[in-house]
Amino acid sequence: MSSAPGSQTTASESVELTMDGHDILFPKLPYDMKQRVQGATNNAELQEFVNSATRMRDQMRINGCKDAFGDNYDKIRALAGDIKQHTLDNLDYYIEQFIDNATAAGTNVHYAADAEEANAICKEICQKHNAKLVVKSKSMVTEETNLVHELEAIGVETIETDLGEYILQLDHDAPSHLVTPMIHKNRASVGRAFARELGVEYTDDPGELTKIARRVLRDKYRQADIGMSGGNFMIADSGSVCICTNEGNGRLCTSVPPVHIAYIGIEKMIPSRKHLPVFLKLLSRSAIGSPITVYNHIMTGPKRNAEPDGPQEQHIILIDNGRTEVLKPETREMLRCIRCGACLNSCPVYRKVGGHSYGSVYPGPIGALLTPVFKGLANYKDLPYASSLCGACYEACPVKINIPKYLIQLRSDLIGGKHDKFTDRVFFKLWSFSLKKAWMYRLAGKMAGVFLRLRNKGVKNKNPYLNRGWVEKVPGPAAGWTEKRDLVTPPTKDFRSWWDEHQKSKGGK
Amino acid sequence: MKIDLFITCLADSYYPRTGIAVVKILEHLGHEVRFPREQTCCGQPMFNTGYKDDTRTIAKKMIDVFEDSDIVVTPSGSCAAMIHENYEVLFENDPVYLKKAKALAAKTHEFILFLTDVLKLNLTDLGVQWKGKATYHYSCHLRGIGVEGGGAKVVDVIKQVNGLEYVQIDKPEQCCGFGGTFAMKYPQISGTMVEDKVNCIKDTQADYVICNDAGCTMNISGSCQRAGHEVKFITLAEIIAEGLGLLEVENV
Ligand code: SF4
Repeated sequence: MSSAPGSQTTASESVELTMDGHDILFPKLPYDMKQRVQGATNNAELQEFVNSATRMRDQMRINGCKDAFGDNYDKIRALAGDIKQHTLDNLDYYIEQFIDNATAAGTNVHYAADAEEANAICKEICQKHNAKLVVKSKSMVTEETNLVHELEAIGVETIETDLGEYILQLDHDAPSHLVTPMIHKNRASVGRAFARELGVEYTDDPGELTKIARRVLRDKYRQADIGMSGGNFMIADSGSVCICTNEGNGRLCTSVPPVHIAYIGIEKMIPSRKHLPVFLKLLSRSAIGSPITVYNHIMTGPKRNAEPDGPQEQHIILIDNGRTEVLKPETREMLRCIRCGACLNSCPVYRKVGGHSYGSVYPGPIGALLTPVFKGLANYKDLPYASSLCGACYEACPVKINIPKYLIQLRSDLIGGKHDKFTDRVFFKLWSFSLKKAWMYRLAGKMAGVFLRLRNKGVKNKNPYLNRGWVEKVPGPAAGWTEKRDLVTPPTKDFRSWWDEHQKSKGGK
Repeated sequence: MKIDLFITCLADSYYPRTGIAVVKILEHLGHEVRFPREQTCCGQPMFNTGYKDDTRTIAKKMIDVFEDSDIVVTPSGSCAAMIHENYEVLFENDPVYLKKAKALAAKTHEFILFLTDVLKLNLTDLGVQWKGKATYHYSCHLRGIGVEGGGAKVVDVIKQVNGLEYVQIDKPEQCCGFGGTFAMKYPQISGTMVEDKVNCIKDTQADYVICNDAGCTMNISGSCQRAGHEVKFITLAEIIAEGLGLLEVENV
């Protein structure tokens, strides 16, 4: 694909270009996942590189973690999970402690109940400083509040400085992965976007493209009135914010411009600095398999008098936006997430459908949990079911969020809210009923067998325990099955028949 | 040892030879096998779809049926995982059945793990002799009973079979796309997943796929059938039974 000429547009790209980045993450509700799934599974390019990139990263995670932790891998995940869970269990206490300490360090701490409030606070700070240009590092919560669009709407040019996010912004595209936001894009489309938007000569060489981006961005850091960031961790007992980036852009955003604003979800808390190493060890190993993120930046308050650089003014906006609702005991565990992306990389469904199919800021397994709880289960009915419940995400998650368990819980909530199809309900009721008595179960099994064998294409095996056949098409609830594969028919005799014969042959009952 | 067999609904109706193999092996090893006839299904299809109340009734039945058993063995990792992981969830608010659910989980074993971890057997020492070129499909729900992604642990057991030529499959940890109702609700995603699996199987050029979970077998073999790829699906239990001369070698 590297040789694709600069003028050609791929089918997938033309779809994406007509769809503004905003619509990808904020689709019409209730969201219907099927259409995008169809597009993604038919998109050969996406299948190729999302599949291989996620697989590669997943393998890097496994190797990196096994090398570092060996048999203790599970233990350190449990420890990280426990630290997070403890903090969430006592979040009110730690938030208060954080606010006190951050304020004492000279930071202005704000609380925003929702996206609107958060952006209003941010806009007010921008207006107070008469800001024309904002540079920002990667932050999922700013995606959640749709901040960039809102700032641009009031005339504040806002530049994403994470290379991946920068490219997506240039191309009016949206992130499709928590850590590698442009995992769905190929080099040629990046090259075309650069040529079109920056007026440079077309190239698809990653090194050249990086240099161009760097050149453009360096000036922006110097000119910016305000630098923005997210925050990977908040440290309660010192009032510090830790951000982890691999490109150093986070450090530039938070230290060059005179004002720094951090957007942070309230769940990003840890009690103290001594807990940080556990997470730093796990975060980048889980994300990309590397021992540590390149730039780990811990900030406590704005620049002090004797310090040569750093912002003169610092704001932290603590963002709720649905989180206190998730904090209820039944769902609290979901908030442990440190956004490492390991569950996405390990997920066989994500590998096939890509991030945009989830129709929200948070894709993949954790997105399938967080999106419905943040934005309403009725708005995202498809997501909890878009999983084979294989458990790869749970195995990969550094803070041990039992994602499959909560997906099932959401399914159950959907059914409790009568969001299931009536036919499904009846089908499962009848099936469950037939399982109450062994004779009914056996009768139902035999009837299904007869039904299927009537449609069977012919069987070669003479053994009554092995003479299975195949059906190419069935009506009813299993129709989806035969869309993609044949359905096996049961052999003529079941295990119970054999057991009876076996008992007889032994002279038993 | 008195061992009660939980055959599972799929093995009972679709893959009875697996159950036959399990019984023959356990009896060969000198154990008494019983088959509580009132058993039906573990309730996983309902549970995974979200029908918790319906599942609870079925789970109660399972618990009652096996209440007096000392040991329960089942040829399916998936159904074992259902009992191990999810029965507790179902009875969170029912202390009586919660206790019983935990007791059932504690005595329920997947067949292969029962041989290796409880009986501490080694297939080479047992004299299992079987000829064939085979790969192994790791079924995801083994995660629920402590076998991590890829199933290296089971592969080690397979390699103990004398004469078996083992070929490693690519992406062993990647789900085949079965997922119960998932396969029917999302044929597009599930279909793409199973096609990926079939391609990996093709690449191994194996004649057999050892697949110990009936759900995965239905899915992958159905997709192989659709794709016209000829390969035989067999459980390790059947291989052991054939390899000990307890079952005739047959075209599975
Ligand atoms: S749920 Fe776990 S694996 Fe997924 S992004 Fe969050 S921390 Fe990482």
